[in-house]
Amino acid sequence: MRAAPSDLPLVLDGVSIAVGGTTILDRLNLTIMPGAPTLIVGPNGSGKTSLLRLCMGLAAPSKGTVSWGGRTHLPQTRRAIVFQKPVMLRRSAAANVAYGLAQAGCPRALRARRTEELLDRVGLLALASRPARRLSGGEQQRLALARALAREPEILLLDEPTASLDPAATRFVEEIILAAAQSGTKIVMASHDLGQVRRLAGDVLFLVRGHVCERADAADFLDRPATPEAAAFVQGELVI
Amino acid sequence: MSETVSAWQLIASGDATLFSIVRLSLSVSLAAATIAVIVGLPLGAFLALARFPGRSAIVVVLNGFMGLPPVVVGLTVYLLLSRSGPLGELGLLFTPAAMVIAQSLLVLPIIAALTRQTIEDLWLEYREELTAMGVGPAGQVATLLWDGRFSLVTALLAGFGRAAAEVGTVMIVGGNIDGFTRTMTTTIALETSKGNLPLAMGLGLVLIVLILLINAAAWGVRLWSERRAG
Repeated sequence: MRAAPSDLPLVLDGVSIAVGGTTILDRLNLTIMPGAPTLIVGPNGSGKTSLLRLCMGLAAPSKGTVSWGGRTHLPQTRRAIVFQKPVMLRRSAAANVAYGLAQAGCPRALRARRTEELLDRVGLLALASRPARRLSGGEQQRLALARALAREPEILLLDEPTASLDPAATRFVEEIILAAAQSGTKIVMASHDLGQVRRLAGDVLFLVRGHVCERADAADFLDRPATPEAAAFVQGELVI
Repeated sequence: MSETVSAWQLIASGDATLFSIVRLSLSVSLAAATIAVIVGLPLGAFLALARFPGRSAIVVVLNGFMGLPPVVVGLTVYLLLSRSGPLGELGLLFTPAAMVIAQSLLVLPIIAALTRQTIEDLWLEYREELTAMGVGPAGQVATLLWDGRFSLVTALLAGFGRAAAEVGTVMIVGGNIDGFTRTMTTTIALETSKGNLPLAMGLGLVLIVLILLINAAAWGVRLWSERRAG
């Protein structure tokens, strides 16, 4: 699968999304390069989820173009997304991962072994035969990550994967994400947790009401925000 | 009360007439339910996923046909199969085959409508996830049918129960011929009017036990599936 053409850089050129007169994303220009995780931060409704869906190719822009490695129409085999509330298939944990592997074109003979590796990677090997929908929230997020990693993605898009998790579960998920980033997967992740930005981010994309308000290295964004909105956000004030 | 005692005696003694009637009833209804599933599952899945003009009308008609009056279905199939009807040359009227045809038409809307509902609900939930995984149309249908398997088994049992308990279609197209097309329900109707209550009551008991068993099975499938698959 590694022979497939690269999805990076991911380029958004003048991209807008409007639904029924409401502008969700407004003339975004954005290039995502390989490297450390890019975190998309911003208040609710700022367009984080829409941006991730665009990056996955699940939504078409109303205006502008999205391209992956210079191509606008690309099979999404080298990208994966984990939604904020991932849908667990009504099957065992192992069967969910095996399903992801099958969709990614993994040969049948290799699936059992790869499933075991992936479950082990997210610490769910002991729960392999458990029905996926009977797992806890944190376990479901880890299973969704395993299912996404089954695609061996070059870009892994994550929509607030720790939004409803306790600190222990959050830490577990962050470790999986960091390990994926270290093995060369480009992470693009929505978050509104500044601690998480500090722990994970290489750079930050700060979205407010569908505009990129600021883009900076994580340390700069957190310690020396350039815009008043970002400063307010970092200070913990309510940015709407 | 003596009728009740004789009814039990008929069942307990393994009365040959009674059990041949039960056997015929079950095989006709099972065959009808099987045909309805073979046609109804793909039809329901198609209606759940496809978008075309007139789809809503078909869905409404299908839902309405779940409550189709059996005698009307019987009459329609009778007209089709009667000697002067378009399918009269097949000579199927007053045979078990005619009863299977009529009952499968009766059960088909139930299976198709319940399948459509199940698959459409599931699709709303799964759509983005399956699209993101790049699952093609055939894979989507297979995934949805498999993940809806427990609800679909319940739909099948509902259809089978309806077929086993109805009297109108089999009476009209089967003709209630002794030893050939006489089912539990038509026998009960006939024997009651003749005053032969033990056989009628014996068959009634068997029928009620069967319906209870089917419903218990549906309930069991649901409980088991909730534990197994969430």
